[in-house]
Amino acid sequence: MSGENLARRRLLLLAPLALASAAGAGFLVVLDRMKRGAYDPHTLANPLLGAPVPDFSLPAQPPATTGFDSAALRAAGGPVLVNFFASWCVPCEMEHPQLIALQRGGAQIWGIAYKDSSAAAAGLLSRNGNPYARLARDEPGRVAIDWGVYGVPETFLVDRTGIIRWHQAGPIMPETITETLQPLLRRYA
Amino acid sequence: MIPELGHFALALAVVFATAQAVLPLWGAARGDARLMAAAPALALGQLLALATAFAALIWSNVVSDFSVLNVVQNSQSLKPLLFKITGTWGNHEGSILLWCLILSLCGGAVAAFGGGLPSALRARVIGVLGATSAGFVLFALTESNPFLRVWPPPMEGQGMNPLLEDPGLAIHPPILYAGYVGFAIPFAFAVAALLEGRIDAAWGRWVRPWTLASWCFLTGGIALGSWWAYYDLGWGGYWFWDPTENASLLPWLTGTALLHSAIVVEKREALKLWTVLLAIATFSLSLSGTFMVRSGILNSVHSFANDPARGVFILALLALVIGSALLLFALRAPVMTATGLFAPLSREGALVLNNILLCSIAAVVFTGTTYPLFAELLAGAKISVGAPFFNATVLPLALPLFAAMSVGPVLSWKRAVLGPALLRLWWAALAALAVGLISSLHARLLPALAFAAAAWLVFGAAAEIIERVRLFRIPLADSLVRARSLPRAVFGSAIAHAGMGVTIAGIAGMSLAVHTIVALHPGQSTELAGYRWTLTDIHDAQGPNYVARVATILVSRDGRPVVTMTPSRRSYPLQQQSTTDTAIHTNLLFDLYAVLGEERDGAAVLRLHVNPLAPWIWLGGLVMALGGGVSLSDRRLRVGAPRRAPAAGLKPA
Repeated sequence: MSGENLARRRLLLLAPLALASAAGAGFLVVLDRMKRGAYDPHTLANPLLGAPVPDFSLPAQPPATTGFDSAALRAAGGPVLVNFFASWCVPCEMEHPQLIALQRGGAQIWGIAYKDSSAAAAGLLSRNGNPYARLARDEPGRVAIDWGVYGVPETFLVDRTGIIRWHQAGPIMPETITETLQPLLRRYA
Repeated sequence: MIPELGHFALALAVVFATAQAVLPLWGAARGDARLMAAAPALALGQLLALATAFAALIWSNVVSDFSVLNVVQNSQSLKPLLFKITGTWGNHEGSILLWCLILSLCGGAVAAFGGGLPSALRARVIGVLGATSAGFVLFALTESNPFLRVWPPPMEGQGMNPLLEDPGLAIHPPILYAGYVGFAIPFAFAVAALLEGRIDAAWGRWVRPWTLASWCFLTGGIALGSWWAYYDLGWGGYWFWDPTENASLLPWLTGTALLHSAIVVEKREALKLWTVLLAIATFSLSLSGTFMVRSGILNSVHSFANDPARGVFILALLALVIGSALLLFALRAPVMTATGLFAPLSREGALVLNNILLCSIAAVVFTGTTYPLFAELLAGAKISVGAPFFNATVLPLALPLFAAMSVGPVLSWKRAVLGPALLRLWWAALAALAVGLISSLHARLLPALAFAAAAWLVFGAAAEIIERVRLFRIPLADSLVRARSLPRAVFGSAIAHAGMGVTIAGIAGMSLAVHTIVALHPGQSTELAGYRWTLTDIHDAQGPNYVARVATILVSRDGRPVVTMTPSRRSYPLQQQSTTDTAIHTNLLFDLYAVLGEERDGAAVLRLHVNPLAPWIWLGGLVMALGGGVSLSDRRLRVGAPRRAPAAGLKPA
């Protein structure tokens, strides 16, 4: 075997190691991001992550007297949690105490009642307490489609510039607050 | 006391494994016979220590010792005994311990049955297994210790994930792990061969039975896992291209390739470096599969917990094990002799084609599985890769593989002529064509093609045996005599290939499945696939650690009752979780499958499926594993039987 041939052979047989090393380095970076909370493989892909909130305008949901629109949300000037809820949804009942706790902790939560009658949603809030700074209702559910909502409860974190930074389908649990939301609210405060 | 004993045994296992890694390898390098001879005893010592540790953990679970953190987190006193035992490995710590136990079992197996190996090779194989084991047992002891105590002990445990409270879980992980971890032995053989700088036909023969045994377990484990997903998750599917499933499929694909390329090493002394690389790759994929699932790095329904800290430890271990093996490969392989050329149209040519196609499928599946991860890493894009990608990319590679699977075994070694070989398969081809044409009347193109492929594989396997015993061409008695003298490996491979055909038929059948979702009040009924499904009753029932809502469905056809099905929805108060308990009625040709959903205004939402040929999917997997077992019982393959001697004069298998 000529010298050049052998060198080429060496290079070829080194390829598996190079490939495995590249994959390993990739995994290491991802693991590091997971540790810092910058990457969670379990979050469902929502195309709006990192994008501005879609344009919308919604009527008021009692007890609030005015609804809100995308302009108001962008002008809110701090991180806002936008929460889609409904009185007919059992996980929303489970989530409610956590929303109250978040509101007591100073978080700003804007609620959108999804495919719900105005009276039923108001009843839920008078029964369980109202954690929402502002309230709107989306009875036909069209705005929810623009937000990419596939079920209630679903919560979005909107930063001060009106960009959606975080999203969760399903109820916020106590550990969601301590592990995820508190760091995020601090980061975007 | 018992948990402390287990903890101590685990620590002892680290010591044994380290000694098992150092002494035999050092002895083999120096040619010191006494150090090399210590290898089997050390391997057995490690096995004994880990078996003690595992038994201690099972005991802690059985008696519900809530002073052990692991038991608190994953058990409860009301859990049935079977699930207390199986719950031992239904969590992160326990499953890692089981993983280590099986790895030490591999070392023990080589120690016990490797008597026929040259002492230096055996010492190196056991040493490499010890080195691998040492890292993982150390991980179990330091990062995922199942024997940690908690004080004060709580009155009751937190219970286990109800999805895992299932008899299928009792056997599925041990079998799957035996498959995964079993590939450590071919891996150790490959590294030992690189250390020795010698790969020959005898090496191929020694590697093959171990590969075959692991392959059987992995095949059985994947089939069981798919079956579990089918009946326990209640989604009506059997394969979701979930990362965990792909993690088990990848080593199966490369392991299958290894199984076939090792034959070429044995018979023709070719493909040697490739086979070594496959052996390393297969175990590496097994390891990274465990890693990807256990670290929660990939989104999967099966992962136990998200723990990046543990992930970093495992990643470092993987880098050490896989990296050093591949580094050794890069250093040693270039100077090992390149091997002979052969005609593309020959048995070995067909086996190379098998390898190319299997490895291409593995590459595609690997890309699809890790793509979301690396897309996020490199482009910051959130992408999920689902079934459409895998179906679109795997099928075009699988179809030529199926086509070649029946042709390969009838080709002769060295140089074959395609015409006469195909002539032996004419009736199998005709049967496949007929099956394809008939099914194209009822199904779309792809299922029809798959049915044809299934028939081609089953009849092709039969044709091979019939050809070999010259059935109908010589008197029946003579054929029987010929059949008796045929090596079992021939039957084994024919059975395994036919098993693949059965699985493909099942998959094709499932593509014709129909389902409906209906809301029924008790007394109402619906029609599906010619059956009348009547919801007769819905009531509450109390289980040992759950409450259930049970629906009774009477299924009838043409007014005659067929079966009464009772799907239920269980709610586990302790874990605040609910599961669906699917009702399945099978007659082996199709499954009736019913799932109870939510209830609204007195009406129960029912999901009803009729799944043609569904049981064949797993049946085929078991047939494949059985074929491997038959092949394994071949005298010539029996572990320890072969000696390092020229293999000339043997009939090709």
